Amino acid sequence: MATVTERPARSPNGSAAAAQSPAPRRWDARFPVVVLGLLVALLVSLTLAVTIGPVGIAPLTVWQIAVSRLTGLASGEWSAAHENIVWLIRFPRVLLAAVVGAGLAVVGVAMQATVRNPLADPYILGVSSGASVGAVLVILFGVFQFLGIYALSVAAFLGAVLTFIVVLTLAQHRGTLSPVRLILVGVALSYVLSATMSFMVFRADEAEGIRSVLFWLMGSVAGAKWSYLTLPLLVLLIGTVYLVLQARPLNALVAGEETAVSLGVDTNRFRRVLMVVAAMMTGVMVALAGAIGFVGLMMPHTVRLFVGTDHRRVLPVSLLAGAIFLVWVDVLARTVVQPEEMPLGVITAFLGGPFFLWLMRRRKDAFGGNRT
Amino acid sequence: MNLRVEDVSWSVDSQPILQEVGAEVGTGEFVGILGPNGSGKSSLLRSVYRALKPDAGCISLNGDDVWKLDPREAARRTAAVLQESPGEFDFVVWEMVLMGRTPHKKMFSRETAEDHALVESALAQVGMLGFAERSFATLSGGEKQRVLIARALAQQARFLVLDEPTNHLDVRYQLEILDLVRGLQVTTFAALHDLNLAAAYCDRVYIIAAGRIVAADAPEAVLQPELIRNVFGVDAEVQIHPRTGKLHIVYLPAHAAAPAATNGAPAASVLVGVD
Repeated sequence: MATVTERPARSPNGSAAAAQSPAPRRWDARFPVVVLGLLVALLVSLTLAVTIGPVGIAPLTVWQIAVSRLTGLASGEWSAAHENIVWLIRFPRVLLAAVVGAGLAVVGVAMQATVRNPLADPYILGVSSGASVGAVLVILFGVFQFLGIYALSVAAFLGAVLTFIVVLTLAQHRGTLSPVRLILVGVALSYVLSATMSFMVFRADEAEGIRSVLFWLMGSVAGAKWSYLTLPLLVLLIGTVYLVLQARPLNALVAGEETAVSLGVDTNRFRRVLMVVAAMMTGVMVALAGAIGFVGLMMPHTVRLFVGTDHRRVLPVSLLAGAIFLVWVDVLARTVVQPEEMPLGVITAFLGGPFFLWLMRRRKDAFGGNRT
Repeated sequence: MNLRVEDVSWSVDSQPILQEVGAEVGTGEFVGILGPNGSGKSSLLRSVYRALKPDAGCISLNGDDVWKLDPREAARRTAAVLQESPGEFDFVVWEMVLMGRTPHKKMFSRETAEDHALVESALAQVGMLGFAERSFATLSGGEKQRVLIARALAQQARFLVLDEPTNHLDVRYQLEILDLVRGLQVTTFAALHDLNLAAAYCDRVYIIAAGRIVAADAPEAVLQPELIRNVFGVDAEVQIHPRTGKLHIVYLPAHAAAPAATNGAPAASVLVGVD
């Protein structure tokens, strides 16, 4: 231990110690490779996900159709029916899955840092419960009919935003937002809203409506259209860029509340902005795809096990990994019980839970093990 | 870098925690703040590194009110070594120290070779260079403390605040950490709970009790039996140690006054509650 003092100064690069932990210097070189690899994996996943379905379509055809649609240049042998399936049905759906998966993973990272709690997820502030109440009002009671097909999303988003504002207001104390108060207020309000929703479901007498409520709650990207993609993609990009630019303050915040202050981070203001960004992103994702669980909680942890805690790495890697994960979850959702669809939340938990447990057992140094 | 604390008061729910506290740390000085638990020493330090905004009074560094400075500018002047850990979020030692560069970096700027050189020399200075790639959570208490000091060094602040830096450390590491900090020759304001260590390392000490400064001077002048009894509630014998030439304080536990009446096994209550 103390003998190290006598060691000659040499580059940490050369030290053989602690091969387990992600090394900063090594990462400097390795990180671009990881990101590039994940980008390729995402592209391959998107392509394959579009080919899979009741009507099989060759991967090459997928891109020929895409290119011809986008530029009018490519040509090949495919039927109009195939073109419609690929371009109008599968592409938007697969892309929405990617955007939502990416968004939830990124918000999960931000949320865990904001409240400095590894158990936090995008829904910790009650945003999803609020969205659910809005959605149930639309599905069961036909609120917002004048908005047509957007009624559900708009109502869900409004429910999310309103809940967020209430949580933020109630959690204020002496002009500051303490993480613990935020979590407790969020959890308490979630219960109230869930009860409200359960009550409405209980009072509703149409079985079909109740079924659609349940399905919405567990999440789905079925029926996605190109027009659904613009807003979440925009929100995802703006949110992620902001968070990546704040990676240093995020690191400081995770290292400790007062540590962050002593490093020049205005934690009060910063936390407020983080909350708004996270609530916006979550609200949009939930409004479009329902309250898909697990991704936002476990994806950040899984990523940290591989690349460490530094947000400059965790955020981009979570974005890509979350996107890839949800694309494949959606593939399973529409194939395992054909012609029925499984809710995404069921699969994320079934797949992700055991995987994460396995990973945690394998990496014994993580999560409180082997501490001196 | 010099610190001036003038008439600082702070209260919670009309319960005064700090009452018109005044203190000064001159350039290059190592000044300690001593007091029993709950006396306000941590609160005073927190108001200096801007974690706690006092209700009244002024805290200035080189003449500038720290609460009117931009947070990042304040952090470039003052570094703090605190009793806080990232918990379940595990950083590598290198990243912990690199964090010290936070107040020097703009949103769009990347780490430069200079930042890396500063981190490396900071780690070398505290003897932790070989641990750069180790996970912070797996370090021992003394090693963690050295890493946090390295972060303060990388922060390049000329004023250092230490909140009980020797807490939970074995004797050897207590001395090692304080030797290390003294050797840095940075202006330092430290809350300490060990009076002997304070006497050995501090140029001057402030004694705080119930939120008020009750004494301030060189340790030899301040740490006398009467004050120790009044402030800390223990009887003590104070002498100059022949070998160190520093104050040596021996606490006289209440039960030591009377010779042990019972022989044999010590009562169980003696074994518990030892801090």
